[in-house]
Amino acid sequence: MSLQEIVIQQLFNGLLLGSFYGLVALGYSMVYGIIKLLNFAHADIYMVGGFCSLTILTFFGNTFIGNRWLGIVISMLITMIIVGLLGVIIERVAYKPLRNAPRLSLLITALGVSMILYNSVMVITSGEYRAYKTGLGYEGFSIGSVFVTHTQAILIVAAVALMFVLHLFITRTMYGKAMRAISMDLDCCRLMGVNVNKIIALTFFVGSMLAASAGMMAGVYYGSLHFFMGFVIGIKAFTSAVIGGIGVIPGAMLGGLLLGLLESFGTQIPFIGSEWKDVFSFSILILILIFKPTGLLGKKESERM
Amino acid sequence: MKDKQTCLQTAVDKKAKKVNNPFVELIDRFYVLFDNKKVRYSVLAAALAVLLYLPMRTSMYFMEVMTNVWFHVVVCLGLNIIVGFAGLLSLGYAAFFAVGAYTTGILILHYGVSFWLTLPVSVLMAIIAGLAIGGPTLKLRSDYLAIVTLGFGEITRLAARNLDITGRATGLVGIERPTLFGMAMVKINHFYYAFLVLAVLAIFISYRLQDSRLGRAWKCIREDEDAAEAMGINVVAARLLAFIIGSVFGALAGSFMAIKMTAISPESFLFTQSVMILLAVVLGGMGKIPGVVLGALAVVVFPEVFRGIGKYRMLIFGAVLLVLMIYRPQGLWPERHT
Repeated sequence: MSLQEIVIQQLFNGLLLGSFYGLVALGYSMVYGIIKLLNFAHADIYMVGGFCSLTILTFFGNTFIGNRWLGIVISMLITMIIVGLLGVIIERVAYKPLRNAPRLSLLITALGVSMILYNSVMVITSGEYRAYKTGLGYEGFSIGSVFVTHTQAILIVAAVALMFVLHLFITRTMYGKAMRAISMDLDCCRLMGVNVNKIIALTFFVGSMLAASAGMMAGVYYGSLHFFMGFVIGIKAFTSAVIGGIGVIPGAMLGGLLLGLLESFGTQIPFIGSEWKDVFSFSILILILIFKPTGLLGKKESERM
Repeated sequence: MKDKQTCLQTAVDKKAKKVNNPFVELIDRFYVLFDNKKVRYSVLAAALAVLLYLPMRTSMYFMEVMTNVWFHVVVCLGLNIIVGFAGLLSLGYAAFFAVGAYTTGILILHYGVSFWLTLPVSVLMAIIAGLAIGGPTLKLRSDYLAIVTLGFGEITRLAARNLDITGRATGLVGIERPTLFGMAMVKINHFYYAFLVLAVLAIFISYRLQDSRLGRAWKCIREDEDAAEAMGINVVAARLLAFIIGSVFGALAGSFMAIKMTAISPESFLFTQSVMILLAVVLGGMGKIPGVVLGALAVVVFPEVFRGIGKYRMLIFGAVLLVLMIYRPQGLWPERHT
């Protein structure tokens, strides 16, 4: 392959990977912005989203009124609602009782929730890979000699569309305004008559929805699901959120795309190769946390633990 | 602001009172009794006598489990220094005993060094690892630190998987067992005693550290970092020392693990391993040494006793973690604030 083709190929891979990262990163970033919690369970919500959509898709027999794409869209919507509610339940049961507790307890609780989620799925699936059959076929188009299937192209468009809708939700609606206000000062919002608990629950709902959609897209893209698939992407999505500046919504999207591109081009560097891919992105995380913990779009914050 | 805080405090107090049932109170009273020095030493002496006598009587299987308990006691006490004493959440602790185990394994296997000589090297490597992880990251917020330690843990494991010197995915096989005063360490009982000695040492050092100037500094930083700094405590240095000492504990335990198992692979140092150790520390009560020992005992013995639960094990552990944090965040055997 010529250099140009490699660049186009990797650009495309990077965008696809980056849009998954971005969707998951948004949930991390929103929750962190609002209650300053690193939600370890978020990565597992992504994984649960994948499995949930597979179940629903199989239930429909992959189609809806004879249309495969409609089947996927419908099951995605149902998945997003179910998993969104799961996120709200998790917040109610596990995080709400600890709202005023030290941050260490909250982190450990999040770890506990994560363990419960992925072990439940492990028990249900007996720890095996599940094939994600969509029957969408492999038709597509070529850019130069780089081949792109319709599915891949639509996945990128869908991810970007979801991010855009979220952006509108945050900037244009009353709820979005309330979220932004809470992330600035929770106690003050309470005094101003904002129903803080409701908004926090809503944040978890929206964040989990996005993660679930990413989980489903990953299933469609990779063609298989595994109970531990959330772990690595969780760290990477968190890295994306940090790159963009945690708590900043556009930052999470930007960070996700940036990390996706970095990673896919990083594998082309001779000494890195695909087996060092994860090491590469973890190192980026560590370097960014050390040298620029506020991220690209983040504001300077002098908060202490 | 002050009013709000007192208000919050009374709310917390009320909640704490509600949770205390007679059973919990009874346990707490027992713990108070144990704080009496005479009672404590006589109980400990009796326990030690039983533990020393144990190998003469019981089965191989039982010794295997007990050896594992002592191993976990050492690593849990190591993590306790980081999480319990200094209040830093570390999610990559398995990396530290990977460092110890691989150092010993490589030196014995590739260079034919005697096991006892690999121990100082292992300690040195642990110090370097502690500095490498702790040094640049200790100024970060605690949740960032958690994710960075997690990242480092994974990097260590992936590096072990991909490097030739660590034997890639198969790991190191056939690590020679050492001799001690002319006696070859081969039987499980030998390792039982070795790990028992390590555990007792770890407990002793933990107690000495807790009451030392450094231990008091850690406690102070954990409670209020700004106040500690104002009192002239070098916060970064104290935290770094916590990381280093914790990693030395882990590395030594890892070195001994390498010769006990005679084979190590990257799969022995998974993230779940780090979480298990954290669970033991949290379960027992962060910062309280007898609690941590109890926690280590619990996480090893529980799956052995309930063999049938097998695959549900981690699920139950997760639920325990959650329930503990919500209803008894101070752990089973908490630190008493006097």
